[in-house]
Amino acid sequence: MVGLGLVASGRRAGRAAPWIAALPLAATLAWLGASAGAVLGGAPVTQSVAWVPELGVDLDLRLDGFAALFVLLISGIGVLVLAYSARYLDRGGAGDGRLLGLLVLFAGSMLGLVLADNMVLLFGFWELTSVTSFLLIGNDHTNLAARAAALQALLVTGLGGLALLAGVVLIGQAAGTFSLSAVLADPPGGTAVTVGLTLVLVGAFSKSALYPFHSWLPAAMAASTPVSTYLHSATMVKAGVYLVGRFAPAFDTVWVWRPSVVGAGLVTMLAGGLRALRQHDLKRLLAFGTVSQLGFMVVLLGLGTRAALVAGCALVLAHGLFKAALFMVVGIVEHQAGTRDVRRLARWGRGWRPTTVVTVVSAASMAGVPLTFGFIAKEEDFAALADGAFSYHGLVLALVVAGSTLTAAYSAWFGWGMLGRAGESGDAVSEAPPPAAAFLAPAALLTALTVVLGVAPAAVDRWAGGAARALDPAVEPVHLALWHGFNLPLALSAVALAGGLALFLARARVARVLAWGGRLPSGADVYHGLLGAVNTGADRLTGLVQNGSLPTYAGVILTTAALLTTGALMAGGGWPGWPALVGSAGHVAVCVALVVTAVAAGAVHRRFSAALLLGATGYAMAGLFVVQGGADLALTQVAIETLTTVLFVLVLRRLPDRFEPRVRPGRRLIRAAVAVAVGLMVFGLALTAGGSRTAEPVSGEMVERAVPDGGGRNVVNVILVDFRGFDTLGEITVLTAAAIGSVALARAGRRPGRRTAPEPPAGEELRVRRLVVVDVAVRLVFPAVMVGSLYLLFAGHNQPGGGFVGGIVAGAAVALRYVAGGIDDVRSLSRARPWTVLGAGLLVSAVTAAMPLLFGGAVLEAALVEGDLPLLGHVKVGSALAFDVGVYLVVLGLVLMVFESFGDDPRVPAK
Amino acid sequence: MTVLLAATAAALFGIGTYLVLQRKLSRIIIGIALLGHGANVLMVTSGDRGRAPLIGNGPTEGLADPLPQALALTAIVISFGVTALLLALAYRSWLLTSDDEVQDDVEDRDVALHGAPDDDLDGTEGDADRERDDDGDAA
Repeated sequence: MVGLGLVASGRRAGRAAPWIAALPLAATLAWLGASAGAVLGGAPVTQSVAWVPELGVDLDLRLDGFAALFVLLISGIGVLVLAYSARYLDRGGAGDGRLLGLLVLFAGSMLGLVLADNMVLLFGFWELTSVTSFLLIGNDHTNLAARAAALQALLVTGLGGLALLAGVVLIGQAAGTFSLSAVLADPPGGTAVTVGLTLVLVGAFSKSALYPFHSWLPAAMAASTPVSTYLHSATMVKAGVYLVGRFAPAFDTVWVWRPSVVGAGLVTMLAGGLRALRQHDLKRLLAFGTVSQLGFMVVLLGLGTRAALVAGCALVLAHGLFKAALFMVVGIVEHQAGTRDVRRLARWGRGWRPTTVVTVVSAASMAGVPLTFGFIAKEEDFAALADGAFSYHGLVLALVVAGSTLTAAYSAWFGWGMLGRAGESGDAVSEAPPPAAAFLAPAALLTALTVVLGVAPAAVDRWAGGAARALDPAVEPVHLALWHGFNLPLALSAVALAGGLALFLARARVARVLAWGGRLPSGADVYHGLLGAVNTGADRLTGLVQNGSLPTYAGVILTTAALLTTGALMAGGGWPGWPALVGSAGHVAVCVALVVTAVAAGAVHRRFSAALLLGATGYAMAGLFVVQGGADLALTQVAIETLTTVLFVLVLRRLPDRFEPRVRPGRRLIRAAVAVAVGLMVFGLALTAGGSRTAEPVSGEMVERAVPDGGGRNVVNVILVDFRGFDTLGEITVLTAAAIGSVALARAGRRPGRRTAPEPPAGEELRVRRLVVVDVAVRLVFPAVMVGSLYLLFAGHNQPGGGFVGGIVAGAAVALRYVAGGIDDVRSLSRARPWTVLGAGLLVSAVTAAMPLLFGGAVLEAALVEGDLPLLGHVKVGSALAFDVGVYLVVLGLVLMVFESFGDDPRVPAK
Repeated sequence: MTVLLAATAAALFGIGTYLVLQRKLSRIIIGIALLGHGANVLMVTSGDRGRAPLIGNGPTEGLADPLPQALALTAIVISFGVTALLLALAYRSWLLTSDDEVQDDVEDRDVALHGAPDDDLDGTEGDADRERDDDGDAA
């Protein structure tokens, strides 16, 4: 909540913002301190809220020792980072409020991650941390490198998250539950679980920047220092380590576990260390160092032996302490001096002594120098590996020592560079003002802790022990101490430190050797190469399939429809057998007429002929309806076909007369093939569907209820305006939209309305001639046709007719007027504009449909009004009539609108 | 449903498809109208044949199935609206180009020939990384 508020407040938050942001984290820290006693003693605190019980996903939270360690890191370092940002962000950038808010949001999601006891919930928080990390890295959205790095981080960790989800689902299905503690207490087995584990490991490796998923972490250094400190050293990257640690005690006997974990961890440790030695940018050096240390942590926690678990927890704590401090110091230097390239830093002047102390001590902790907590942790690590509870432990130990040598070397290199002794003279930045005490304070606090714990590590005995015991209850009580006597771990530490110092002193020669490694492709190269390949592939595929041509698109759609349907019919549908060949003689005549006219309409070369033949097809359809027994239908079809033909003529009179044949024979063949495929599909579909009816048709009940419930004897009309009135309401809305669309298309750019008589261009006279005979005839016939349409409207409920037919017949009357006198005659019919008629119809129907709501009924509930009128006698009017009136007006309005669109003089408008 | 009617519907769909795949908008409109006719044939003939569904002119057995007829009526009227809209398209095309040929989509052809631009994927990180690593002179 606090996070969202801060994000929203942007830069208006002011100087108090970091402290507001720190409040929830400080509260968490306090709560942790209060519950630590019980939790570390082995009594976890749980809380559970049911969320989706059917899927086994609940909001289960569980604070045990291992989680407590991470909560300590998240909240403690979080508070310090926010205190640090109070000074770091004092330049008042535009994204500051957002940065702080996102940091708090991230802290919340990270806390959820370590506290989650349900695997799916854990995944949810996992993805949340990826998203907040993406937003944080790219917070300065004007920086191109930051945006690219944010995208890289999101892609890599997001894909890993997908793998994690798949693995979690597999394991959860095998175990029968998604509860983490239940799965770990009684781990399932089997191939599915092995595959699931591998996927979970992929997810953990991608989040913790292990090879080969490591390249996003150095790139993420483009983010600002608070982000790097918090996310990419102390908390988010440790999420993978956390996951490995959780799963290790239960699953480390599965055959994929130890090889993958130890292998990936060792490779990462060595490669990260080597890369770190080559860096000139201090932050990237620390980033590669983090990568290397994460590999180390994964090796330890992944081994799962009791000593290794304790050692791993100690290393997690130590790493958090020194890495965060080092990142903060780098940020201070960058803030004060403006650069973090070692080649440009000069020796620090006076006032920088406290910073120097902090740097040296934390770097020493990183290298494992005695009297720092880093040394304690390293001793434990070596001891755990030397214990030998697993195979190849000698080899692993040797490689780990090699890795620690590298760590010592780059720590020395880091310290040397930070103190400004690596700067090439001439370019050095030496005038940096020293940082204020409050700026340095958080890092100094962390360093002080490192030293205190290095001298008296027994203070964290309970934490490390409690954490390890939460993972494996057989862990014995832990005693961390500075001095264990002369033993193997001490010797190994000495070897590592000496080796690291030697590497550092010989750095010139080492650098030449390492430069050779620069010719190998790096992780970043692999990432960019993959991404580029995906993009190129996408371009090629899109170019192939979407080439811009409409016939291609339509052809693809129709072919797919035909093939899929045919496939489904052949695979699943039962063949009901061949039905009768012919129903009646009438059918034969009508069908022959249909097919012949359709073929002719498609084959002729003149547009006019095609339009007229289409009209003939429509009349043949009307004949079919008569044979089938649909009176209303045939009426409507005849009327509409007439109007359609008129429409065609209106538009086609302007287009060229002939179709030019321009198509290649190959194209024609493809079209014919698609057409045949679709035809065959429809043939099969019709025969199969037509013969497969098993249930009683519902229209029987409609026929029974037409008179009692619907109040009408024309069943089709009753269905249209009463039983299925919603369909009709939708239909007239569609008609309205089509009408508006056609007017808009046809008359774009010219506002219809009051029109002055168009000026004839010079030399051309107006060619609207009014034939007197036609004029008089139309004027006589027009009122009769209008009355006829009204009759159809009112009688439609009990006889063939209805709103649709009435409206179309009225439209036909309008067409007559057009033929007689042109568009002006149509416009002179009434003062109402076409869209007024259209809108009024829609309004009437909608109001009729909604009216019953006012009286407590349902929408479109029928009502009957009876009365005695003086001349007409007893009159019964149903609400269906009002609805039908609306339909009538809409259809009439559509015809008027169409004439408004196309009915003008046949001249190209001057543009 | 008889074989004849199924064949008629199939023929209408086939001819309609052939026309829809053409480039002249007029032909496409005729094709769509024929597709609509084919669908209506399928719909209406899926119900029983009989007398017109008007109650009161005889017994209620032997009436044609009214529900498909109502649906087909809706379909016919909407086809009319669609035809009007398509004719408006043809008219507009004539206004702009004096013909009614359906042109290729310019944007799609552009992408097909040249690919889409990739932004935000390559920051300067890759090159800068190599720059820093190669310079190994640390003394």
